[in-house]
Amino acid sequence: MAITSIKNLKEFSTNNDRFEGAHTLCPGCAHSMIVRELMNCTDDNLVIASNTGCLEVSTAVYPFTSWDTSWIHIGFENAATAVTGAEAMFKARKRKGTLKDNDAPVKFVAFGGDGSTYDIGFQWLSGAMERGHDFTYICLDNENYANTGGQRSSATPIGAHTSTAQAGTHSYGKKQKKKDIVAIMAAHDAPYVAQLAPNKWKSMAKGFQKALETEGPCFINTVSPCCTEWKFDPKDTINITDLATDTLMFPIYEIINGHELNILYRPKNVLPVEEYLAAQGRYKHLFKPENKHVIEEIQKNINEYWEMLQRREEARV
Amino acid sequence: MAEKFDLNEREVWDGNYAASQALRQARVDVVAAYPITPSTPIVENYGAYVANGYIDGEFVMVESEHAAMSGCVGASAAGGRVATATSSQGFALMAEVLYQASGMRLPIVLTVVNRALASPLNVRGDHGDMYLGRDSGWIQIDAFNAQEAYDLTLCAFKIGENHDVRLPVMVHQDGFITSHTAQNVYPLSDEKAYEFIGDIVPVDDMLDFSRPVTYGAQTEEDWHFEHKAKQHKALMDSRPIIDEVFEEFEKLTGRKYNRVEGYDMDDAEVVIVALGTTVETARVAAQELREEGVKAGVVGIRVFRPFPFDQVRDMLENAKSIAVLDRSSPGGAMGAFFNEVSAALYTTPNRPLITNYIYGLGGRDFSVSEAKRIFLEQKTNVDAGHITTDIQQFSGLRGPHLGYFQTKRS
Repeated sequence: MAITSIKNLKEFSTNNDRFEGAHTLCPGCAHSMIVRELMNCTDDNLVIASNTGCLEVSTAVYPFTSWDTSWIHIGFENAATAVTGAEAMFKARKRKGTLKDNDAPVKFVAFGGDGSTYDIGFQWLSGAMERGHDFTYICLDNENYANTGGQRSSATPIGAHTSTAQAGTHSYGKKQKKKDIVAIMAAHDAPYVAQLAPNKWKSMAKGFQKALETEGPCFINTVSPCCTEWKFDPKDTINITDLATDTLMFPIYEIINGHELNILYRPKNVLPVEEYLAAQGRYKHLFKPENKHVIEEIQKNINEYWEMLQRREEARV
Repeated sequence: MAEKFDLNEREVWDGNYAASQALRQARVDVVAAYPITPSTPIVENYGAYVANGYIDGEFVMVESEHAAMSGCVGASAAGGRVATATSSQGFALMAEVLYQASGMRLPIVLTVVNRALASPLNVRGDHGDMYLGRDSGWIQIDAFNAQEAYDLTLCAFKIGENHDVRLPVMVHQDGFITSHTAQNVYPLSDEKAYEFIGDIVPVDDMLDFSRPVTYGAQTEEDWHFEHKAKQHKALMDSRPIIDEVFEEFEKLTGRKYNRVEGYDMDDAEVVIVALGTTVETARVAAQELREEGVKAGVVGIRVFRPFPFDQVRDMLENAKSIAVLDRSSPGGAMGAFFNEVSAALYTTPNRPLITNYIYGLGGRDFSVSEAKRIFLEQKTNVDAGHITTDIQQFSGLRGPHLGYFQTKRS
């Protein structure tokens, strides 16, 4: 397994560059940081599949491509199936000795946004996880359908304004809590599942490496702040991510074999969630007096979830 | 290395079994599949061959037909031989990915065991699913019996994987009538069959990392049109290659296939044009009527896509009255197949009389006597010199007659 050093960010960021900077993602979009980290953390050959979404439409517009490795996009829902079809073919051809290089290690990775992961491609992802293919699925979770202009997804947190769950005189935005995709994936008895964030780049790279090294279906949910739809200045992407992890809105942890839970980041000073919410336009209506209760509810949810994670970590169940 | 599978010179196979034996002999690397009646045994059999060492491949049982075709696309882009099977609702669920498979020029072989589309739910055979695929950019080959299902599945790999074609291929057979009816089938030996198909030589192999490839890029108004035009051209240009493969197959087996099959057409005045098992039923009717002095002939379309416009025209231009049989609900129009045959005939100087019969939906039996009645209606048209019936009529329907449109005569 050819895993590269992750001691130094400058060195790491230029390692093994297989994702071209020339793409059309929004300035400040975290997607490209996450994708580059994945591609830089291994020297192995990569077959990558992307679901339809921001990443896909911004990186493969004919006659250009940002992908200096094998890459496939079929539809909105089926990257997990496409890449696991390729993985099955790899196994068949390796046995028969018909590969161009029969000894080179190959890793299979699928990327999807939260729309394709939590919603439209949920069945395809679940099927691929259950079948036990050797692949890693990475969700670039920006908590909305950003590619189509910011509609709600089942990853959108309660209280956020989206174009299909609007805040208005009679509404505080989305009414439902975010789907717990990490728990659902862990329940597939996946050998490695994690939630990671690009501000904690070392733990993210290590998590990616663990997933790639682990045989079997691995799943990683990454927070990918979306300046366009979350409404913050593009230069603040990592600052927003810091707030997401320091308020525990987005806790960083891994689950091994469905039950060994390890918290990977414990903020020294846990910040109140208001600081995270106040930094983004999508939550600004929550600061009206009539919506105060929503902020309280979000804080309560965070506290309860953090408590649960700590108990599970301790209990190893 | 795969275990030896003992074959007799003559086997008694149904269409499903025949198709699955072709997949085994083609040494298909990956089958990604989801079962659906009546095509289920094809993929079950492939799974059994894998489980018992008769084939060295990967059997990926996915959670839906959409995923089945998605897995096939990923596997095919990874450079090996890929096949699957489906029917009806499963085919409809696959529809999105069918277009993507052909757009990416991936030579997947899909056996479609034709079955009606719901609602109402129906597991029996008609051609609703086959018609649904007609604009999907796949080559569509139609088998009329179990032997043909076997033969044409072997041919399908050789056609689709040809580097001048690089297109996915459907091989159709009629649900139950072909798929579940045991018939005599003469298989090739494993060695001869594989030698005929040959090794797959991948183009744009995702597992060749010396040359990275991007599959499924986006094109807007600047390039999309050119891509689709090239795809259409590839389909049209596949015609002589299909002919070559059929010729090579004839040399090997003595069994000759043509993109359009004509029976008793040399002097035929009244003709049934059909798809699937109906072709064989109509042939029996035509032969019986010839004994009574009716010059009846039958045309069966072997390659539905690319549609053999010129061959259909050439074969039918001297006929006098033609019935085109559509086994698919026309949904508020003339039958789609009727429209295509009519378009071909419109370019001839004689323009034979032509009528449209909607029949056999949901597996309603199509009998020799029904075929005879249709022939005799054509004979009445010939004698009258014009169409004497409705231009479109439902045949074999319970209750009152249902038909539409009459000939305009001055």
